[in-house]
Amino acid sequence: MMRAIGRRTVAALLGAALLGAAAGPVAAATIGVSHAWIRVLPGDLPAAGYARLENRGDESIALVGAHSGSYRRIMLHESLTSGGMAEMKRVSHLTIPAHGRAALSPGGYHLMLMGAVRPVKPGDKVSITLVFAGGATETVTFLAMPANTSRGP
Amino acid sequence: MTASLRRARSRCATAAHRLAIAICVALLAACHSHAPRAWRLTDVRGHLPDLRFRLVGGAGHPVTAQALRGENVLLYFGYTHCPDACPLTMTHLHRVIVDLGPLAKDVRILFVSVDPARDTPQVVQEYAAAFDPRAVGLTGDMSEIETLAKRYRVAFKRGPDLPGGGYEVTHSSAIYVFDTRGRARLIASPADTDGDIAHDLRILIGTEGSR
Ligand SMILES: [Cu+2]
Repeated sequence: MMRAIGRRTVAALLGAALLGAAAGPVAAATIGVSHAWIRVLPGDLPAAGYARLENRGDESIALVGAHSGSYRRIMLHESLTSGGMAEMKRVSHLTIPAHGRAALSPGGYHLMLMGAVRPVKPGDKVSITLVFAGGATETVTFLAMPANTSRGP
Repeated sequence: MTASLRRARSRCATAAHRLAIAICVALLAACHSHAPRAWRLTDVRGHLPDLRFRLVGGAGHPVTAQALRGENVLLYFGYTHCPDACPLTMTHLHRVIVDLGPLAKDVRILFVSVDPARDTPQVVQEYAAAFDPRAVGLTGDMSEIETLAKRYRVAFKRGPDLPGGGYEVTHSSAIYVFDTRGRARLIASPADTDGDIAHDLRILIGTEGSR
């Protein structure tokens, strides 16, 4: 577990270096995260994490990953539908423009939450740490909701 | 009175205006079962074959299309390791069912796995049922699934192995609508609104008796 987090942090720092965005660590106060929720699916199936992200700072910020004690593996994903085909792929980052917003939302960017350490049920609150380019982190409480949720909290 | 005349009359009777009735009577020949309708989805009647498959349901028992005659089927292909796009469509269909209310009693959502290697009958049924009690999850032999997919020109492709294990499957996102006789009638896309899908299902359900 520690090794996994270590690798993720390295990946985050590497991502930051590659992106060249946000020169120093971003103050957590500049990032606002709200309406965070998880679409829970049965058994051991991967779940999806969603949230609204707000950047109150003067520089763009990139979300580059996440980790949690509740899931063994979390990846940043994007769903795409083109030419009648649905596809889900891993992405390196999601940019939140300066004084702007971005969203992890159904049918678009999402956190792919895999390997729940213990079963997550609707109503549970799950702590997930978002990692931004430059090394800033923001720990957020996600509300677990049923599979057929149309709109999050 | 011929059957087609009776059908035409009963359909015409719903029109409020005398004028409409007059026009309808005058156009009796055009008033048969192929009369144009205000479909909001894509009308595929006569362009795709009837529903036919032999797959495996939640209890591990075979399920055939024949067993679903008498129900309006909404057919969608996906895989259970899909936590975002497939749930979005299944939730969409759940809202349509809720919208239809009692009219949905003969509507069935079929979620057919394009990933039978990981989707056991139990897993795919649990996944489908998590969205709506009228949803049935089906899996089976890859060859049976490929045959069904080809029948409706549905494409799917297993992606490469991912570094941390697992893989994704790219698949067609369309929803195929069948009438109670298993005839392919409409295609919806995830971009169609709940209202548009419910609208067309109401027409389809309303016309079943007279066909
Ligand atoms: Cu994903």
